[in-house]
Amino acid sequence: MTASLHAKQAETVTQAAASAQWPDQVYDVLKAAGINQMSYVPDAGHTTLIRRFSADPEVVTNVLTTEEEGIAIAAGSWLGGKRSVVLMQSSGVGNCINMLSLSVQARFPLLVLVTMRGEWAEFNPWQVPMGQATEASLRAIGLSVLRAETGPDLVDTVAQAAAMAFDADQQIAVLIGQRLLGKKKW
Amino acid sequence: MTLPTMDRRVAVKRLLDARDGALVVTGLGSPSYDVHAAGDRDDNYYLWGAMGGAALVGLGLAQAQPQRRVMVITGDGEQLMAFGSLATISVARPKNLDLIILDNQHFGETGMQSSHTGRGIGFDKVAAACGFAEVAELRSLEEVDALCEKLRRPAEGPRLFVLKITAENLPRSLPPRDAVAVKNRLRAHLGFATC
Repeated sequence: MTASLHAKQAETVTQAAASAQWPDQVYDVLKAAGINQMSYVPDAGHTTLIRRFSADPEVVTNVLTTEEEGIAIAAGSWLGGKRSVVLMQSSGVGNCINMLSLSVQARFPLLVLVTMRGEWAEFNPWQVPMGQATEASLRAIGLSVLRAETGPDLVDTVAQAAAMAFDADQQIAVLIGQRLLGKKKW
Repeated sequence: MTLPTMDRRVAVKRLLDARDGALVVTGLGSPSYDVHAAGDRDDNYYLWGAMGGAALVGLGLAQAQPQRRVMVITGDGEQLMAFGSLATISVARPKNLDLIILDNQHFGETGMQSSHTGRGIGFDKVAAACGFAEVAELRSLEEVDALCEKLRRPAEGPRLFVLKITAENLPRSLPPRDAVAVKNRLRAHLGFATC
C-alpha cells in the first residue's frame, strides 16, 4: 500500500470523525446561546440533539404530535422568559406555515433546525415535493432561511442564527442539507 | 332535549375575577373578545390568528413560568384544530396549566356552522383519555363558581374544563391587534426585556 493511499484513508477517517462531531457541537452552541427548551418531531438527523437535550436537566423538552405545535410552544416560552429551539424534518415545514404567522406577526424570536429530505440521494420520492418546497415556503411566510452543507459550517450557522433570533427578534430556519446527513439506512 | 348552557361573558368574567395572578392566553375569535370585555390587562396574551395555537402557547408559557398558573381560554373550533395538543400537553404534564374550552358547539366566527362538539365529540372525554389530571363539563354559572375555587388549589397535572355556552354572537370587544406590543407588555409584566 502506498503512502499516498494511507494518507487518503486517514483523511477519509478524519472527515468521517469530523462529520460525526457536528451534532454534539451544535448542542454545545445551542447551550451557549442560552437554549433551555427544545421541542421536536423526531428525525434520524436530530438523534444526538434529541438524546442530549432530553438528558439535560436544564432543558425542558416536548415531543410533538405535529410540527406546528413547536412554533406555538416557542412563542409561549419566549413570553415566559425561556429560549426555545424546534427540531423537525423538511416534511414538517409544510405543517407549520399558518402557525408561523404567530412568530412573524408578533416578532417572536424563533429558531428552527430542519433536516432536509428529498434533495440528495433520496430513496423515497414522496419526500421530494415538500423537500423542494421547504425553503420557498419558509421564505414566503416571512422567515429568514440559512443553510449548511458541512458540519463546521452548520455549527457556525446555528450559532449565528441563535444570536439573530434571540438578540434581534428574528424568525430563522436553518436547513441542514441532506448531503451532510447522508443516505438514510434502512 | 336541549341541555342548559351559560352566558359566555359572565362565565369568563367570573373566571377572570378569580384568576389570582394567573397568566391568561386566549384563542382567536370570541374567546379573545370575552377576555378583553372583562378588562384589558398586561397579563393577558390574545391571539388574533394562528388557529390551534392557544393551548400550546399556554404550554410554553407554563413551562417557562412554573411558579405561575397559566389559564388558556379558547373555543371549541380553535381547540379542534389542536386536537393533538392534548396528547402533547398530557405528556408534558405541566402542573400549572388549565385549559378552559368555551364550547358553543359551533364555528361562531364564520356563520355558526355546527362543529364536532355538537356532533358527539367531548373535549373532557378526550382529555381524560389522554391522561389529564382533571376534566369536567360545566353547564351552569354555579358550576363555574365552584370551578373558580377548584382552580386555586394545586393540580397534579394539566386540567381541562369544557364550559357549555350559549351559541350567540355578542358585540365584539376587540383586543389590541398589535401583536408585538401585546407580547412586550406581557414580558414587561414578568420583568423581562422587550427584545
